[in-house]
Amino acid sequence: MTAEFGLAALWLAAALAAFQLIAGSLALTERGAPLAGAVRPVAVVQGLLTLIAFVALILVFANTDLSVKLVAMNSHSMKPLIFKIAGAWGNHEGSMLLWVTVMSLAGGFVALVERRLPERTMLATLAGQAFVSLGFYAFLLISSNPFERLPVVPVEGNGLNPLLQDLGLAFHPPTLYLGYVGLSIAFSFAIGALITREVGPAFARAMRPWVLGAWIFLTLGITAGSYWAYYELGWGGWWFWDPVENASLMPWLAATALLHSASVLASRNALRAWTVMLGVVAFSMSMIGTFLVRSGILTSVHAFAVDPERGSFILGLLAIYIGGALVLFGLRAGTVTEGQRFAPVSRESALVVNNVALSAILGIVLFGTLYPLVTEAFDTKVSVGPPYFNPMGAIFFIPMLLVLAVGPLLRWRRDSLGRVRKILLIPAAVLAVAVVALLIFSDVKVLPFLGLALAPALAIASLVPLRGRNLRRTPLATWGMVVAHFGIAVALFGMASESAFSVERLVAMRAGDSTEIGPWKVRLEAVEPVAGPNWTALEARMVARYESGSGTTILPQARSFWSPPQQTTESALLTRWNGQLYAVLGGETPAASGPGRWQVRLWWKPFVSMIWYGGVLIALGGVLAVIGRTWSDVKRIVARDKIAYRRERQGR
Amino acid sequence: MRALLALLMLMVSAVPLAAQEEQTAPYAYRQLDDPAKEEAAHDLMVALRCLQCQGQSIADSDAPIAGSMRSLVRERIAAGETPDQIRDWLMERYGDYVSYEPRITSLTWPLFALPLVLIALAVLLLRRRFARESKP
Amino acid sequence: MTGEPESAANKPSRWMIWLPLALFLGFIALVMIGLYRPAPRDVASTLIGKPMPEFDLPPGLPGRPGLASADLKGGEPHLVNVFASWCLPCRVEAPQLERLAAMGVPVEGISVRDRTEDLKQFLARYGDPFQRIGADDDGQVQLALGSSGVPETYVIDGKGVIRYQHIGEIRAEQIPMILEKLEEARR
Repeated sequence: MTAEFGLAALWLAAALAAFQLIAGSLALTERGAPLAGAVRPVAVVQGLLTLIAFVALILVFANTDLSVKLVAMNSHSMKPLIFKIAGAWGNHEGSMLLWVTVMSLAGGFVALVERRLPERTMLATLAGQAFVSLGFYAFLLISSNPFERLPVVPVEGNGLNPLLQDLGLAFHPPTLYLGYVGLSIAFSFAIGALITREVGPAFARAMRPWVLGAWIFLTLGITAGSYWAYYELGWGGWWFWDPVENASLMPWLAATALLHSASVLASRNALRAWTVMLGVVAFSMSMIGTFLVRSGILTSVHAFAVDPERGSFILGLLAIYIGGALVLFGLRAGTVTEGQRFAPVSRESALVVNNVALSAILGIVLFGTLYPLVTEAFDTKVSVGPPYFNPMGAIFFIPMLLVLAVGPLLRWRRDSLGRVRKILLIPAAVLAVAVVALLIFSDVKVLPFLGLALAPALAIASLVPLRGRNLRRTPLATWGMVVAHFGIAVALFGMASESAFSVERLVAMRAGDSTEIGPWKVRLEAVEPVAGPNWTALEARMVARYESGSGTTILPQARSFWSPPQQTTESALLTRWNGQLYAVLGGETPAASGPGRWQVRLWWKPFVSMIWYGGVLIALGGVLAVIGRTWSDVKRIVARDKIAYRRERQGR
Repeated sequence: MRALLALLMLMVSAVPLAAQEEQTAPYAYRQLDDPAKEEAAHDLMVALRCLQCQGQSIADSDAPIAGSMRSLVRERIAAGETPDQIRDWLMERYGDYVSYEPRITSLTWPLFALPLVLIALAVLLLRRRFARESKP
Repeated sequence: MTGEPESAANKPSRWMIWLPLALFLGFIALVMIGLYRPAPRDVASTLIGKPMPEFDLPPGLPGRPGLASADLKGGEPHLVNVFASWCLPCRVEAPQLERLAAMGVPVEGISVRDRTEDLKQFLARYGDPFQRIGADDDGQVQLALGSSGVPETYVIDGKGVIRYQHIGEIRAEQIPMILEKLEEARR
């Protein structure tokens, strides 16, 4: 029953989306104006209906209703409840339902609270949101129905990929999707603004909190995903430039650029066409990423099922939405002027450098990810990996960091470097000291060197905008910027330190053997079998001692899941303020080299956790900014309403 | 509970016993004694693509063939070959696919021209954006 | 605001406006090629037409001959089958290799990352068409051949030159094709 109920809710929501599109478009014309009042309520109800459908799917999974095909394919009765629930979105159909749910909930939320834009633009925006949702409803209902029943109920389900049976990963997709799909709001805003030709500061101010909201989730999702890959894949890598990772990075780059260009548009009424373009690009990148991941067109570690039929369907949606939006942009952008000009040394210019750099990195990531397809069209297989992305990205990333240090200090419109020179003396001195220290004391490669040298200076420079301010009266949005920029410096330091100072130790150990790694002494006490709810494992009991400190027990495992049968490594992490000890239990050494020895992999990674602390700080900066901006907008709206009310009472 | 555990372990070990891929390559999970050579080997391994797992470097993979490739890299580095020689040897057999570092060829040059194109594009786009400096 | 006039020069020029659409159409064209004319997923050896790399493998089973590249230069074409007891498709392929051997085709084996015990059981159960079996325990000869998985089968001509690489198991309907490749190698 639950499944049919969910399916009915989904069909109803799709019908409402169609109505929302028609009503919203007609309401823009003179004769359709009476329909305008219906659009917002319909959007809200549509959101609630998808939520009901999503809850229905979760219930079906929680109860392990094996008559539903998706449950039988992806779940198992002997699985902890939390992973049964997470299993609902750990597959193609379920995650598409999550996508649609987020999309229509976001649309409903906008319909409920957004009052900053002219009503006509809002109608066009909501119609646009419904138009985009409609395609994904069609995709879900026609080719990926999550509620499909099986004619014969199997005795047991297939189980969930063990790699996905992990708390971190259970909540990784919902977070990421809130980000990906939240950007659809920016897309619809851009379409609405293009249709009504209302591209200006008000548009930027209204769009900014929504983009920020999506961007916060995207930042957290990428951070969490990177940490998951780090501890779950068992080799200590935290970013692989894999197509799926790139698919999550590209919308983030576009959204980050959009946030910065929107602030130029909001404050100075410049970069109009460019900001609208970025609004379109950000969500387009989400859709392109989804296409690349789900069509199976690129080989990746995180393989989704390869399916040309699904691929064609999503490609069709891409062509309609992205192509349509770009055509609309082409037709309308000619009438949108770029707005106010500015001097080469000004806050605007700094933000333009940021936008150019982020867009260029986006271009490199997209091009590099797709290039193997280009060569395959010429029957040559080529791999594009870290040795390409790292240096090519750095070409634009490093200048951007330098400008990041200066930009927030500059005035709008026109400024001179002479004015800010003195303020920047401290970061510059820190930079110089770091460079000299690195040259003398260590021997690191170019990119980590640049990172280590720049990070401390950047951390200080990011705090400089608070100088001379009354900290309690500093706007929250400014705090947000400072915290986010500081987070960039922290993450950069973590990345560079991990790359420059990591120590690796691969050893074959018997119980009782000890080994040293960096400042650590690690002793293997025993290897014993343990059992979990749906796995068994070999668990190594190791005692790790930092320098002459007391010992801490760590328990890395090699797990065997039996449904589906698969082995995973559960690394053990020991976190100190200055880094992490990372331990993995491999297999038994071949019989030929003597019995009872175990392959153990150990890493000491100084300051590696800074990477993810940095990511969290960046997201926290976003949270502060969104609270600050919304608060000031609410105050403004309340004041406006008060004035309007008074005027009305005075009979004017 | 104990008995169940023992039974489970038996089940688990019974499956692989039937047919297990065994890694006997000496340096699959062992480092070179010379730290400088190990570093050179490691730098090469992160840039070589695992042939089976598709999408992981051989330095990040548990696949047995990745182990064989790691051993190959370490053994040859130990024997005095340069990383470039080893990469060339592998590319002679597996084509450009095996290396994560694209070479510049008639087919891949656009990858390396891209940053210049992007800069040129930015300059073109921004050419008229800036106000003249003349009037204060 | 000091208000510089928003002149015509202030508008983005025409080609810039349509550039994103042009790039997007390029993307669509590219992925359509990738979607409807997908390149093979296998990584093929680039040694076709080149001599077999030099190797000399110890026997996979005690009392049987091992395999060396010199064994393949006897003037007669050979099949060299890269296999392992732990590989499922190899079991599927076994009857086809038996049939080829029964037709008089010399079939040589290279067993990869295997154990003698497992290998013995495998051959007892699924048949043993091999003249010689070389034990490539550390997988180094597999790499030298440019093989990226098991099973793979190489057609080697009488001078020891690799003429053809078959990736994946040989199916029953592919036997005539393999025979034809052997015939070509004979010429």
